[in-house]
Amino acid sequence: MTLAVFLTLAVASLVFALLMVLTKNPVHSVVFLLLTFFAIAGQYVLLNAQFLAVVHIIVYAGAVMVLFLFVLMLLNLNTEAEPRQTARWKLAAALASGMLFLTLIGVLRGGTQLPIPENTDPHVGLVRNLGKVLFTDFVVPFEVAGILFLAAMVGAVLLAKREVR
Amino acid sequence: MLDVVKSVPVDYYLWLSCALFCIGVFGVLIRRNALVVLMCVELMLNAVNLLLAAFSTYLSDAQGQILVFFIMVVAAAEAAVGLGILVMIFRNTHTTDIYLLDKLRN
Repeated sequence: MTLAVFLTLAVASLVFALLMVLTKNPVHSVVFLLLTFFAIAGQYVLLNAQFLAVVHIIVYAGAVMVLFLFVLMLLNLNTEAEPRQTARWKLAAALASGMLFLTLIGVLRGGTQLPIPENTDPHVGLVRNLGKVLFTDFVVPFEVAGILFLAAMVGAVLLAKREVR
Repeated sequence: MLDVVKSVPVDYYLWLSCALFCIGVFGVLIRRNALVVLMCVELMLNAVNLLLAAFSTYLSDAQGQILVFFIMVVAAAEAAVGLGILVMIFRNTHTTDIYLLDKLRN
């Protein structure tokens, strides 16, 4: 049962990711990427990483993809105006990424197998546990992340602002 | 003990993540719209996130999920700054075709 759910989500995410890459219209790309993100959120739920699943939906589906869609509409790119690559370049890209995939698989298969753990802690992905780890062992990175956000916010506003003469 | 650890080998997550990452690489290579290229980068980040979460669950170690959290933070910041740059470029050149955005070349 769990395996079937995993396989369904995996096939869905792969198909949507491929459609995202191959579709011509950028708006369709955004929608397919959104569906891919939902499939990945399903994987997080399957892994009992509930905090990550919720944050993933909020951050990616709620914020990042809306931002992408907003910029797409702002720049009025929602036509099929994107110039296409030549067929030879597409073939080269497919070969390159396919060989990267084969190399990754080959390398990872050669490594030592992770033994199936005897017993796992099902509470590891819950908010209570993650919050405890985040605010004890990872306080400094957490604060640095806050500073990074501040810098990104200021930078984005400065970049996108129209220059006043 | 979680059901997923018993019935899904961790290798499956490894292969799924590799496939998603390579689809992202493929997209970066074949698309010419800078916005879609940024989206493909997000897909690659998500492939890595998924693998980190899977290993975190299989090893009962919360640090992997904390790392995913920080990657999400950086990805959100990257998307905001990247889109800001893109809006500025579009305002100056009226294109997002990455083939025409080679002003830094010479």
